[in-house]
Amino acid sequence: MAQMNMVQAINDALRFEMQRDDRVVVLGEDVGKVGGVFRVTAGLFDAFGEDRVIDTPLSEGGIIGTAVGMALYGMRPVPEIQFSDFIFPAYDQIVSEIAKYRYRSGGQYGCPVVIRTPVGGGIRGGHYHSQSPESQFIHVAGLKVVCPATPEDAKGLLLASIRDEDPVMFFEPKRIYRAARGEVPEGDFTVEIGKARVVREGDHVTVITYGAMLYEALDAAAKAEAEGVDCEVIDLRTLWPLDVDAIVASVEKTGRVVVVHEAPKSCGLAAEIVALINEKAFLRLEAPPRRVTGFDTPFPYTLEMEYLPLSHRILPALVETARF
Amino acid sequence: MTTATRTQDDQGTTTRGADEAMRQDVVRVLSADGELVSDAPELDEALVVELYRAMSRARACDSRAAALREEGRIGAYLGAPGEEATTIGSALALRDDDWVFPGLREHTVSLARGASVETFFHHLFGNALDPAKGRQMPGGFTARSLRIASASAPIGTQLTHAVGLAWAARIRKDDVVALAHFGERATSSGPFHDAMNFAGVFKTPAVLLCRNTGWPQASSSETLTDTFAEKGIAYGVPGVRCDGNDPLAVLRVVEHAVARAARGEGATLIEALAHPLDGPEGERLDPLVRLRNYLGLRGRWSDEAQAELDQSLRHEIEAAVLAASAAPAPPRTTMFDDVFATLPGHLRDQRDA
Repeated sequence: MAQMNMVQAINDALRFEMQRDDRVVVLGEDVGKVGGVFRVTAGLFDAFGEDRVIDTPLSEGGIIGTAVGMALYGMRPVPEIQFSDFIFPAYDQIVSEIAKYRYRSGGQYGCPVVIRTPVGGGIRGGHYHSQSPESQFIHVAGLKVVCPATPEDAKGLLLASIRDEDPVMFFEPKRIYRAARGEVPEGDFTVEIGKARVVREGDHVTVITYGAMLYEALDAAAKAEAEGVDCEVIDLRTLWPLDVDAIVASVEKTGRVVVVHEAPKSCGLAAEIVALINEKAFLRLEAPPRRVTGFDTPFPYTLEMEYLPLSHRILPALVETARF
Repeated sequence: MTTATRTQDDQGTTTRGADEAMRQDVVRVLSADGELVSDAPELDEALVVELYRAMSRARACDSRAAALREEGRIGAYLGAPGEEATTIGSALALRDDDWVFPGLREHTVSLARGASVETFFHHLFGNALDPAKGRQMPGGFTARSLRIASASAPIGTQLTHAVGLAWAARIRKDDVVALAHFGERATSSGPFHDAMNFAGVFKTPAVLLCRNTGWPQASSSETLTDTFAEKGIAYGVPGVRCDGNDPLAVLRVVEHAVARAARGEGATLIEALAHPLDGPEGERLDPLVRLRNYLGLRGRWSDEAQAELDQSLRHEIEAAVLAASAAPAPPRTTMFDDVFATLPGHLRDQRDA
């Protein structure tokens, strides 16, 4: 085990897998000589050379479109989109091509591309460096969507994603790139896609979240404890396919649930989770499910800490849900 | 090979027509009457006969498919009669290890790469024997074993795929070239720019074959340049023009581009000037007629051979249509397969509900 932050853990995963599997290539804007805008790919260019750590032209559609061809040929491309806010020029390639290739070819082809991209706010980056578009990749059939919250999960999930036969959207919560630190297993290590983790056990209220908001939820849960509310906090880790069993098991225990995410409220992942709970655990509910999320506005610059569902917004929802 | 540039002669030219294909910078091998133009090299006549047969099969299957559409027996179908010179001529210029990225109009390329006529019609009917399991409208014929990619309806997306695959092959040091088919209107799309730029920067062994059927009428709404080939200049990718109704010109130009790519010299943009069959010059420039005239002049084709070919194609196609129309639709449960490599819980629930 080694102490790492999330940037180091992702770098470690890429380095490990590129050594293990020569089909893996990294491509994107300034991922090579510069090592990426967040330094996630630092040192890989020197270690693996320009054919495997590729500085591309500034075109998201070109990066993702050529990665499709690489995957069809049998490579394992891991393109980086510098900020998920800039992913939309590649949206057609992702939702119409990558997500559909296996299906429309009758299973003859797979398209195992892992798209790494920083996500979320809280870095004073304004609208175009702060959004959380993950649900826009869930609503189109054919993509797995992952968002780790710890360095350990970042490494384990990235290795699992690169080895997956299907395409994976790998969202990296940039606000905790360096703030989240922890022990990370050395060498080969995977975390299964599709499995949530109970980060804190509790009996009164289930809190379901992921990414950078895990730490806000844990902070709120600690404060709720002082008010006599015992929270169970679940880190989804994989956003699609959801770990429905873990969600239902916890809600059946507590009967009360609050879902927290940065992304806008309407048609966000929390809406789907609440609908699933209504379908599968309705008779166990003791209180209306609550959502604490970003707002249905563009992501604001100056008021970003008002936009984010931070601990002080989560805490009252926990207490009110517990006492309903 | 010539790189298309705006020449003095072009200045002020406002009308285009059949003369366009006579321009010096447009590669031609056959005259409209099927005569060889003077500088043509020796041709492998057995290959030319094979090309003629393959084009005839493509035309016959395409016509039958269009009729099936008219009868309402298959879904939306984009026929491409008269485009066999580009679709089939380019296919025969490729080597077995090379890849094809067709659009929805070029699916007859599958017949030239070894797909059976019966399988072709199974696809058109979208039945349980369709290699793509009925997931795509007619034209999405996919065959990984023949190195044919899966076409989609968004315009131009396959261009970056071809460039990416060629790039991967180069990284792996494999002698493999990827060819993408597209129409001239795709040159306005974002992926055309992406593909050309990446192909130029990374010298990928790709061939981008633009079938220009829009000229002379439609081009002006698509571009201000005189040619589509000259768009390559901005990307450092040579642009070559050829007569797109001349299968031997397409064959030669694509062969040159493939050889160039295989030598590590990078991608080529080809603009094939193709008259649609239903256009004013279409019948006179029909690539099948031109090739038949060529073969006839050399004693390699006869009315008897034609009658025999027509009859065998008719039988083969009718048998295929019978088989395809009799085959069952894919079972309902297959709708949930292949979304992912393994069926996740939510799809299992939806399938079994």
